[in-house]
Amino acid sequence: MSTALLLPALIGGLANGAVYALVALGLTLVYGVLHIINFAHGSLLMLALYAAWILWAAMGVSPYVALPVLVPLFFVLGYGLQRWVIGPAGHGRETNVLLVTLGLSIVIDNLALAVFGPSTRTTSIPLATRTIDLGVMYLPLPKLIAFAAALVLSGLLWLLLTRTDLGRAIRAVARESDAARLVGIRVTHIHAATFGIGTASVAAAACLLLPSFYVSPDAGYAFVLVAFTTVVMGGMGSFPGALLAGLVIGVIESLSGLWFGPSLAPVGIYAVFALVLLFRPTGLFGARA
Amino acid sequence: MLLEVERLEAGYGALPVLRDVTLAVGEGEIVAVLGANGAGKTTLNRTLSGLLRPRAGEIRFDGTSISRAEPDAIVTAGLIHVPEGRRVFARHTVEENLLLGAYRRGREHRHVGLARVYAIFPRLAERRRQIAGSLSGGEQQMLAIGRGMMAEPRLMILDEPSLGLSPRLVDEMFDLVGSLAGSGTAILIVEQNVVRTLDLASRAYVLENGAIAMQGEAAALARDPVLRRTYLGV
Ligand SMILES: Nc1ncnc2c1ncn2[C@@H]1O[C@H](COP(=O)(O)OP(=O)(O)OP(=O)(O)O)[C@@H](O)[C@H]1O
Ligand SMILES: [Mg+2]
Repeated sequence: MSTALLLPALIGGLANGAVYALVALGLTLVYGVLHIINFAHGSLLMLALYAAWILWAAMGVSPYVALPVLVPLFFVLGYGLQRWVIGPAGHGRETNVLLVTLGLSIVIDNLALAVFGPSTRTTSIPLATRTIDLGVMYLPLPKLIAFAAALVLSGLLWLLLTRTDLGRAIRAVARESDAARLVGIRVTHIHAATFGIGTASVAAAACLLLPSFYVSPDAGYAFVLVAFTTVVMGGMGSFPGALLAGLVIGVIESLSGLWFGPSLAPVGIYAVFALVLLFRPTGLFGARA
Repeated sequence: MLLEVERLEAGYGALPVLRDVTLAVGEGEIVAVLGANGAGKTTLNRTLSGLLRPRAGEIRFDGTSISRAEPDAIVTAGLIHVPEGRRVFARHTVEENLLLGAYRRGREHRHVGLARVYAIFPRLAERRRQIAGSLSGGEQQMLAIGRGMMAEPRLMILDEPSLGLSPRLVDEMFDLVGSLAGSGTAILIVEQNVVRTLDLASRAYVLENGAIAMQGEAAALARDPVLRRTYLGV
């Protein structure tokens, strides 16, 4: 295979992968701290895509401009959902919580269907059609923006987790929740804040995706399946794992699309996924069982 | 009295553990709770710090009821529980563990607190950037106590702090508890090391099957033939 084809596929894959990583980071963080699999993650992504689309359709706000507005808004939404819906409804039982997030996703999906109908919506912002000349290829500008912004946001999330009081408390609750309570950390607050951060990260991903993507009531599924794969491949609950696996999956998807045709691109993902789990059953960065 | 516990009942699910426990700790006093494995000592501590809800009875701290208070409010009130088995945050650095100890205190207290803990435990200062999980058992116990000190508590509950420590570290630990009390922090200490504990404490309670079986001046209990036979095998 010539580098003339390979390099663009690689770069395009990395760009997609960074967004996959951002979606997966929210999921893996919620798993690592609350020990629940959030089945509503994809629906929240879809909701954020609609929110960004509405801002564009109604007021002409570019999704890139909407990002700093929607991220805090979705943090609040996620915080509230966990604090007052998922947490109380789960009664502290992990299987209950699983069902609650599943129920929540069904509610959100059907609400979207009722309000917006099944049709696919897109935005057309001038920026989205621009390309950047990288020498070896023309990279669509939205991909470049998504790549750079997703990496920067992941970096900011890492700083939040490692350098702030909130981050220290989140990591404390993840592994020693009783000891965390004994130093005065309110676990319900930290759980809600973590869910809020997870929801904020899908809102960011939505704003980066929308210019080159579409939204429909089932738009979340395309990503959530990849996000779950990313989380498991990286090691459940692992931040660097999700980041690396997201990038790897983006590249593999792109390369296998190149070799086997776009419709078979997912085959490559799952082949590598199976291989990784064969040699590292707990994922790339997972704790040894 | 700083801590007053009256007719406390607590347990897990349908299982009652504590029955009719009444005890008190005075300002700056060292009080011991002794008892065999499974007597309910840890359950008592968890109830006092708000991890477990009492089923009946009353807990007052500095005159205010904390029976229904959340753990964070109890920490803020000045009661700190250093749990059994240390429970340090293994993936956090030593310094982060200490900072988490001051979670309910203002940022302005942090430097003073760190300086104080590092002065008492130079080993922790040397290892401040190290991951807590990589410390030895003794160092982790020091870290757990240091983390508790960061909250500048008025009462510190210590659950088997000498467990798994070398004899030299046990000495250090008991000295430390003595000096903490000397500086005004009241101590409620749960220990298996009965001789050392009765030597240190002013008063003691003996828990048996979740109820107070004996209580009194530590010196008198240390001479009590029943206690000596049950807990010292002499
Ligand atoms: N989480 C729990 N769920 C159910 N029962 C428990 C739980 N923790 C303790 N118990 C039971 O409660 C009783 C008292 O246990 P507790 O841990 O308070 O004893 P202890 O005096 O601290 O013992 P040790 O000296 O072994 O630490 C025991 O019968 C124990 O089996
Ligand atoms: Mg115990």
